Amino acid sequence: MSDSNIEERVKKIVVEHLGVEEEKVANDASFIDDLGADSLDTVELVMAFEEEFGVEIPDDAAETILTVGDAVRFLGKSTA
Amino acid sequence: MRRVVVTGLGMVTPLASGVDATWRRLLAGENGAGRISGFEIEDLACQVACQLPRGDGSDGTYNPDEWMEPKEQRKVDEFIVYAMAAADQALADAGWKPEKYEDQIRTGVLIGSGIGGLTGIVEAGYTLRDKGPRRVSPFFIPGRLINLASGQVSIRYGLRGPNHAVVTACSTGAHAIGDAARLIGLGDAEVMVAGGAESPISRIAVAGFAACRALSTGFNDRPKMASRPYDEDRDGFVMGEGAGVVVLEELEHAKARGATIYAEVIGYGLSGDAHHITAPADDGDGAYRCMKAALERASVSPSEINYVNAHGTSTPLGDEIELAAIERVVGDAADGLTMSSTKSAIGHLLGAAGAVEAIFCLLAIRDNIAPPTLNLDNPSVATPIDLVPHKAKEKPIDVALSNSFGFGGTNASLVFRRI
Repeated sequence: MSDSNIEERVKKIVVEHLGVEEEKVANDASFIDDLGADSLDTVELVMAFEEEFGVEIPDDAAETILTVGDAVRFLGKSTA
Repeated sequence: MRRVVVTGLGMVTPLASGVDATWRRLLAGENGAGRISGFEIEDLACQVACQLPRGDGSDGTYNPDEWMEPKEQRKVDEFIVYAMAAADQALADAGWKPEKYEDQIRTGVLIGSGIGGLTGIVEAGYTLRDKGPRRVSPFFIPGRLINLASGQVSIRYGLRGPNHAVVTACSTGAHAIGDAARLIGLGDAEVMVAGGAESPISRIAVAGFAACRALSTGFNDRPKMASRPYDEDRDGFVMGEGAGVVVLEELEHAKARGATIYAEVIGYGLSGDAHHITAPADDGDGAYRCMKAALERASVSPSEINYVNAHGTSTPLGDEIELAAIERVVGDAADGLTMSSTKSAIGHLLGAAGAVEAIFCLLAIRDNIAPPTLNLDNPSVATPIDLVPHKAKEKPIDVALSNSFGFGGTNASLVFRRI
């Protein structure tokens, strides 16, 4: 799976779940600090990533996914 | 106890979103019932309900996006959005948006619901069964809990006083207003945002209430005739949805800020039937004692009651039992009494019903007019009480009583007086 494809799908999920504009969803955007998420939103985001990419993201790994880029990198590795 | 008045009203009903639009349509004899849309109904015994007129928000239509951001709506059941809409309207009407900490800690919320987020519970059940526990949303619980209507309103408006909720089935809205008034009366708050919200119209709720034999089933092809309180052809209630919220305020607090006062909450009565989980007791003793308690608290005599908004759900048993209980309460004053069931127009809003109907009482006092009982073609029993068939009735109304009774044998009555 190409990285750009993963990035596109991650960003689409973020836009849908957080109700933010697409251009704000930059690679270095923090879910909580930049995109208005709270801790429950981040739990739901991780679930949506799991569902979309058919992977399981353990809680300790989920805690390291703080930005859009973190998610793209993690999912790139786990779906490689 | 300190005196408590009503200074703000808000509602979302099957007739309209908004107090003025709902009231205008109610007085004009409009009817909110229709065949249920939104889900499969062919296998349901009851196929009619009073659903909100959804639209872009113009002309009294209900547009949830006006009241809660779409991404937040996704996390909650609809009863919470309805509560937000009604609370927003009520606070705007009251002109009370406390900015100062001292005002915020003296303003509380007490909004209830009869059954809360049933739809979301069903959906989460499917998710759990089909996809497993790791797919159950973190918003599942906080989006269904009944007290999250109060919680969300409190958070949005910074209301830091009592944060409470009531769950008493179909008397929820009345208990919420009565209890909130008590909190102000006893000094726990100066202002309370109180009422009820309900979003029950779903396959599971229709199936469940139909199984209790509570719903109308004989009017699926004539939905606007299905809710017909006191009429000999009535065969059960018609489910409605929506919310009613009032702003209650300590009298001197309201006066000091020059608030518009609709009326005073002068009486509140509560009782239990101790009889059956769904059926009312034949002797109407619970309803009688409830009204009696409210009138005693109000210190008004039966002849002073100008209007009663009845519980009157259009069930074969309940309507006549309530009517007999009222006749017993008012005695000789039955002759001059005016009573209607607005459930004939908006259906039964369950946990929101008592709040919406309390607001109808307040508007009846404001405008000196009693809303009609639709579809009352042939009363099943003779009564000296004027049941206001078909057409609204103008008459001086200074004192109004609202009844709400619920499954579990729970009863609440509220009395309001012009001030």
